[in-house]
Amino acid sequence: MHNLTIAELVAGLRSKTFTSVELTQHFLARIANLNADYNAVITVTAEQALAAAAAADKRLAAGNAPALCGVPMLHKDIFCTNGVRTSCGSKMLDNFVPPYDATVVENFARDGAVILGKTNMDEFAMGSSNETSYYGPVKNPWALDCVPGGSSGGSAAAVAARLAPGATATDTGGSIRQPAALCGISGIKPTYGRVSRWGMIAFASSLDQGGPMARTAEDCAIMLSCMASYDEKDSTSVDQPVPDYSSTLNRPIKGLKIGVPKEYFSEGLHPGTEAAVRQALADLVAQGAELVDISLPNSALSVPAYYVIAPAEASANLSRFDGVRYGYRCDEPKDLQDMYCRTRGEGFGEEVQRRILIGTYCLSAGYYDAYYGKAQQVRQLIQQDFTRAFAQVDVIMGPTCPSPAFKFGSKGDDPVAMYLEDIYTIATNLAGLPGMSIPCGMVEDKPVGLQIIGNYFDEALMLNVAHQFQQATDWHNLAPASIQQGAAQ
Amino acid sequence: MGIERSEIEKLATLSRIAIDEGTISDVARRLDSVLQLVDQLQAADTTGIDAMAHPMQAIQRLRDDRVSELNQRDALQAIAPAVEDGLFLVPKVIE
Repeated sequence: MHNLTIAELVAGLRSKTFTSVELTQHFLARIANLNADYNAVITVTAEQALAAAAAADKRLAAGNAPALCGVPMLHKDIFCTNGVRTSCGSKMLDNFVPPYDATVVENFARDGAVILGKTNMDEFAMGSSNETSYYGPVKNPWALDCVPGGSSGGSAAAVAARLAPGATATDTGGSIRQPAALCGISGIKPTYGRVSRWGMIAFASSLDQGGPMARTAEDCAIMLSCMASYDEKDSTSVDQPVPDYSSTLNRPIKGLKIGVPKEYFSEGLHPGTEAAVRQALADLVAQGAELVDISLPNSALSVPAYYVIAPAEASANLSRFDGVRYGYRCDEPKDLQDMYCRTRGEGFGEEVQRRILIGTYCLSAGYYDAYYGKAQQVRQLIQQDFTRAFAQVDVIMGPTCPSPAFKFGSKGDDPVAMYLEDIYTIATNLAGLPGMSIPCGMVEDKPVGLQIIGNYFDEALMLNVAHQFQQATDWHNLAPASIQQGAAQ
Repeated sequence: MGIERSEIEKLATLSRIAIDEGTISDVARRLDSVLQLVDQLQAADTTGIDAMAHPMQAIQRLRDDRVSELNQRDALQAIAPAVEDGLFLVPKVIE
């Protein structure tokens, strides 16, 4: 059952091939037996899941089941879940049990999904390898000595290892697309404002966006139709109707104009990754698409601009963690200042502290214009690059990341080496555009991701193109060797 | 450029993060590396370019002035480190 897609599980539940309780027991058993190998799931909600599955079976029997009724899913541990610990991968929130659900969590509950638990992640979503999690790193199911990517590495590894057919995730600078690429699955970061951020713990509020991870584009379409909504509780939520993303998947892509930015095939790109991406583009041409050489001249400035804007916003957002109202508090504080400083010194890990310090520096008196003001102007230049490109093309494609999954610890001591992992993904967050990654090849026995960037609110077209690619190729059906042995049946 | 030890101490105070004395030089070295990265921005010609704060150029929505949330004080205080009589407790501020 764990090799079925969400679309197949929905059909199987409706045709009574299996019940939601059977399905839920199956995935819970897989998590119990296999998760120790991956460390992808950090909280399992077995009791609630089985109760939800039993309720789903009743609705399925009664014939009034909503779209995802009875389908097991996992939530990234950044989404608040009423009564279930929401740690955000941090010691700071290790004891935090929210008294409310995020809008995304409510949407999945409304549509009848069964939540198996919460997935591991880089602390406060700051990282590209899952090595910053308080709960230890997630291991890549394709190569257990390699990272799964981050920050949504737990969601990506769980889906790749068939611990769940789909999982929610978030993307601030590549945190859906890069782990999807490294774990050989599909994931989409929607247009900024498409998915509600309410109850999604904030990292950089003008960049953060939730989205789905699953094995196929078709499953991402099903999940995004549930996940996306207009939400009055999120002031940046966009009031536009949510299309039925599944209904346009089968449109032919003949005549589709694909922009290929030369800056995304530059020095530093692994030759094997480049070859796989070029082959994928050739496969799309065979389906009737047309390649157009384009330039995004300010691409090289996206990482520097991001490492001003994201830490600046993070330093403000994370000021709420002060040991007063919830979360960690240090032992025996001498006075209020000591409580703030030690709570944050002990509760935040090194990468989170570094970003708060950078953000504070860039926002300090005397530096604001040189850093934050300048970065916001560069952000405008980056958006203008995309606007010019989308006047000529329908979608933009290139690699999701520069190389396949790397070994734990291999980025060394310099944080910038890790930051450059997101060199191809960050620009879309700065512009607020939707981006997607789908598997398109293998290098060194590890998956390669093809990135698809769309125009604002063009998720339906991106999913359509990705689905058509997956109709003609088999990369999304490959499974890591580690899950083919010893898997609970 | 080279960030000074005293600057790290000032940033730590502004950020309300206690940094172990012994790690300050490591913190400074890594911050320097990041600041060198972001200094690449200075080479960009941004003459006449407006700052972009938000991808959608959104404006702040206003909601109707009516009660929308119920009082959840008990639920919210149940997860606090220290409360008494409905108040959040912190170390003594005024002697």
